Amino acid sequence: MKPAPFAYERPRDLNAALSMLAASNGSAKIIAGGQSLGPMLNLRLVQPELIVDISGLAELKRAEVSGGELVLGALVTHADIEDGRTADVTRGAMRGVAASIAYRAVRNRGTIGGSLSHADPAADWISALAALGGRVTLRSLVGARSMAVEAFVVGALESALQAGEIVEAIHVPARSASAHWGYAKSCRKTGEFAHAIGAVLVDPTAASARVVIGAIDTAPIVITDASELFGGRIAADYKQRLDVRVADALLAKAGIDDAAQRHIHVSVLKRAVQEAAA
Amino acid sequence: MKEGAELRNEREFPSGKSGQGVGARLPRKEDDRLMRGRGRYVGDVRLAGLQDVAFVRSPLAHARIRGIHVPERYRGSVFTAADLVGIKPIRAVSGLPGFKISEQPVLATGKVRQVGELVAMCLAPTRAEAEDIAASVTLDLEELPAITDMLKAREPGSALVHEHWGDNVFLETNYEVDISAALDAPIKMTREISTARQCMSPLEGRGVVATFDSRLDQLTLHSAAQMPHITRSGLAECLGMEEGQIRVISPDVGGGFGHKGILLPEEVCLSWLTMRCGHPVRWLEDRREHLVASSNCREHHYRITVYADSDGSLRGIDCEATVDSGAYSSYPFSACLEAAQVASILPGPYRMPAYRCRTFSVATNKCPILPYRGVARTGVCFALELMLDLVAAEAGLEPGEVRLRNLVRPEQMPFDNITKKHFDSGDYPEAMRRALAAIDIDAIRAKQKQGEADGRRIGVGVSIYCEQAAHGTSVYSGWGIPMVPGHEQASARLTPDGGLELRVGVHSHGQGMETTLAQVAHEILGVDVAKIRIILGDTAMTPYSTGTWGSRSMVMAGGAVATACRELGERARRIGAKLLQHDPAAVVLQNGEVRGVNGSVSVKAIAHTWYRRPQDLPADVDPGGLEVTQGYKPVRDSGTFSYAAHAAVVAVDPDLGEVEILDYVIVEDGGVLVNPLVVDGQIYGGLAQGIGTALYEEMPFDASGQPLATTLADYLLPGPTEVPAARLDHMETPSPYTQFGVKGIGEGGAIAPPAAIANAVNDALRPLGVELMQSPITPHRVVAAVLAARATKRSAA
Repeated sequence: MKPAPFAYERPRDLNAALSMLAASNGSAKIIAGGQSLGPMLNLRLVQPELIVDISGLAELKRAEVSGGELVLGALVTHADIEDGRTADVTRGAMRGVAASIAYRAVRNRGTIGGSLSHADPAADWISALAALGGRVTLRSLVGARSMAVEAFVVGALESALQAGEIVEAIHVPARSASAHWGYAKSCRKTGEFAHAIGAVLVDPTAASARVVIGAIDTAPIVITDASELFGGRIAADYKQRLDVRVADALLAKAGIDDAAQRHIHVSVLKRAVQEAAA
Repeated sequence: MKEGAELRNEREFPSGKSGQGVGARLPRKEDDRLMRGRGRYVGDVRLAGLQDVAFVRSPLAHARIRGIHVPERYRGSVFTAADLVGIKPIRAVSGLPGFKISEQPVLATGKVRQVGELVAMCLAPTRAEAEDIAASVTLDLEELPAITDMLKAREPGSALVHEHWGDNVFLETNYEVDISAALDAPIKMTREISTARQCMSPLEGRGVVATFDSRLDQLTLHSAAQMPHITRSGLAECLGMEEGQIRVISPDVGGGFGHKGILLPEEVCLSWLTMRCGHPVRWLEDRREHLVASSNCREHHYRITVYADSDGSLRGIDCEATVDSGAYSSYPFSACLEAAQVASILPGPYRMPAYRCRTFSVATNKCPILPYRGVARTGVCFALELMLDLVAAEAGLEPGEVRLRNLVRPEQMPFDNITKKHFDSGDYPEAMRRALAAIDIDAIRAKQKQGEADGRRIGVGVSIYCEQAAHGTSVYSGWGIPMVPGHEQASARLTPDGGLELRVGVHSHGQGMETTLAQVAHEILGVDVAKIRIILGDTAMTPYSTGTWGSRSMVMAGGAVATACRELGERARRIGAKLLQHDPAAVVLQNGEVRGVNGSVSVKAIAHTWYRRPQDLPADVDPGGLEVTQGYKPVRDSGTFSYAAHAAVVAVDPDLGEVEILDYVIVEDGGVLVNPLVVDGQIYGGLAQGIGTALYEEMPFDASGQPLATTLADYLLPGPTEVPAARLDHMETPSPYTQFGVKGIGEGGAIAPPAAIANAVNDALRPLGVELMQSPITPHRVVAAVLAARATKRSAA
């Protein structure tokens, strides 16, 4: 389990990194915390010609509140969020998610941008940030573009990133005072990848809800207007109104044929709703 | 007087209770090194000119090899079977009638029979470069149908792993005692029960550093091995060398569990390679190799019927057991030890008048199955104890009550059971009673009636087993495998400064023997444990031994150390008598001193005189000196029987399928414990592995024979948060047959947990109509069973 030979560069600033990526014609991989790429290199599942180590880029480590939203540089670690070293506009929601990611050793090195870029369906941020209404900014030498997290994650280990592009920042809207948050997952053991994730942001006052069913074999199911899941309307009694048949049908539509798997996903979603309503 | 008979229990070892001898809870001497990262493992061996090896392994489970293509630039760095002229395949034959022989080529010839089988060996200055070379080698393989299901493999017309056999059965055995007498029993329960294929997963994998010394005309193999002397014999057979031309050194070993008792093709390959290329070579197993290609174990299937009277008394067991033995018979235990052992141990610690068991060791296109801690006992305990819970439910009795009704009773000891196992001593019902009391079965039943606020369901389960340990010549000669243990040897030598060196052929890979064997020696000679060095893991420095396996080391090597130290003490006593100018009959050896009426002389002073001032000794002194080697066997070599009752309380989430262990109690009896602290550690470690079997560990295969859990992200091992703080209680019934009354306990911890936990889960879910008869109990299996039970109820309604 040793990687195939590769070249290694550690650029000093973002522009230098983008130039290297552009010059590599898609044969480069970006490494930040290395918590997913490291094992994949060792198993020779990826064999890039060049590794661009962005861990020295100060401009990607910033975290600031700007215009009512939180902007996190791609290199912010899970532990930064867990420990409250970054500002928070989600009233603890992100902190709770961060604290439940894998093990502390992974959280110390793993980054939010890396986790999104890797787009592992079982990882936490792609589901949690989709529920929170997060967006990502992607940058290349050509310029920047921005998209919703649910548009960014295309499939299992597949994102909208194009060759030469990098996740620069994550934008998280402030959670309104009336919005309830629930996040639940099922892991076979502590720190293991989840086998089911439920993330819900319900605002009964605004009669709106975003619901995510994650850790399926492909991109998470993101329901931006979730009223159908709650019998057609979202109100203070949403906890009682969750229609598990709708969730089950969504899972079946997403290709999950196994009834026990669907049952676990639906049950986890139910827990997330209960947590939001608690 | 019989050995051990003069010292019957812990209260009679004052040196242990007050200090360092038998019975003392002494912290482990070796931990000073191991816990500070100063251990030295195969991976730490550095030799000048060392180069690394990576193997080209078969990507297919079953295929004919049409060609192996090596790029021109790597010719000379890649070796295949065609290069290994004169090297014999690994042959592990069993003498049991009907056993079919497999030959495991060290590098594949003709066919490959499992994913991961060695095809070519690649040599380079570093492992990464060796892997680059391995990646450049292309194999031309003609894929054949893979045999992955042991039950289908038994059917006529199945594809064949070894064509010339005509079927896929290594061995079939039949054992029967009057099963017809049970057939009219009012309770008759039949089930299929299975345990998953697992990987042993010690912290340290296998590893080999081989080098050849032309001055000594000797190959030195550094290998993470439990049984270095057996490894040497196997290597000599494969390489066609004299045993004296081979030295096997097994340095610190990071866990064995059976995986490191096996002669590996890699060991043979690297031995050949270092002699071919003239410099040291190294191969260190990585975790993927470990999971995919090497350490598989545990895969059992049972069709079992239990007969009982309506009061829960066992009338008999009828069983057909199949073990997936994989592609080859592994050296030295063979492909049939596991399945054939099932027949002899399935009755467990219970009395019954009728019994029948038919076993099949089946070849498939998977790794050879290896004996893992507990060997067949974990599967057997799982099958039998799950069935006893069904009997209890059918009879309307508490599961504990059914056990108490059928366990061998203390007044029956020693007891020969229905398969002629000779139970040496113990009070099995007392262990069960203590476990039930400690887990507080009544309180749990009351709690179950109330229900849980969080929707989870509480369950309680028990299991009990007995573990035959340190069984010797009379047992193993019957198996006819390449290894039969005889007398165990130990050497004891006093050093000129009064220290003691002990040489033993067993090995320690977590068992703490550098401490416990020193405690045994201290018990006899009174030498301070700090001044006793245990030398093990090197064929050049230790007496021959079959090594560490079968929970035998404390009984066998401990007995040998005691015997050698007694003889050494006798020699010292006679020299001491001379120095004291006493008749030898008038002096005794006590607390490290030879004493007579005139005074005393210390063992240290005796050693100093013998080595450094021989001029002070009279001319007629015994010339034997202060170094002895003695052999030992227990009074009976049919084995010690330790046992334990386990009780588990779990909470099961029927919607998520998650199982949490809320409480766990173990009441064990390992005879007299040389070091209860070390025993506690053994039990905790075994429990962790048993929890792995119960809830987490599984190596699945797809239909083409591809292993599906190839990293630790997919092969789940229990971690600290999955292992509860178990409560331990020790009983200490001495064995009548061993030195000090000790019994072997190394494997026991891993035997009972899957049964206790599965019984607890089934107890929790029984009101829902759910029954789980397969390990591991995964969330998916739980939820699937809950949904199936709901569907059954709906269709019945």
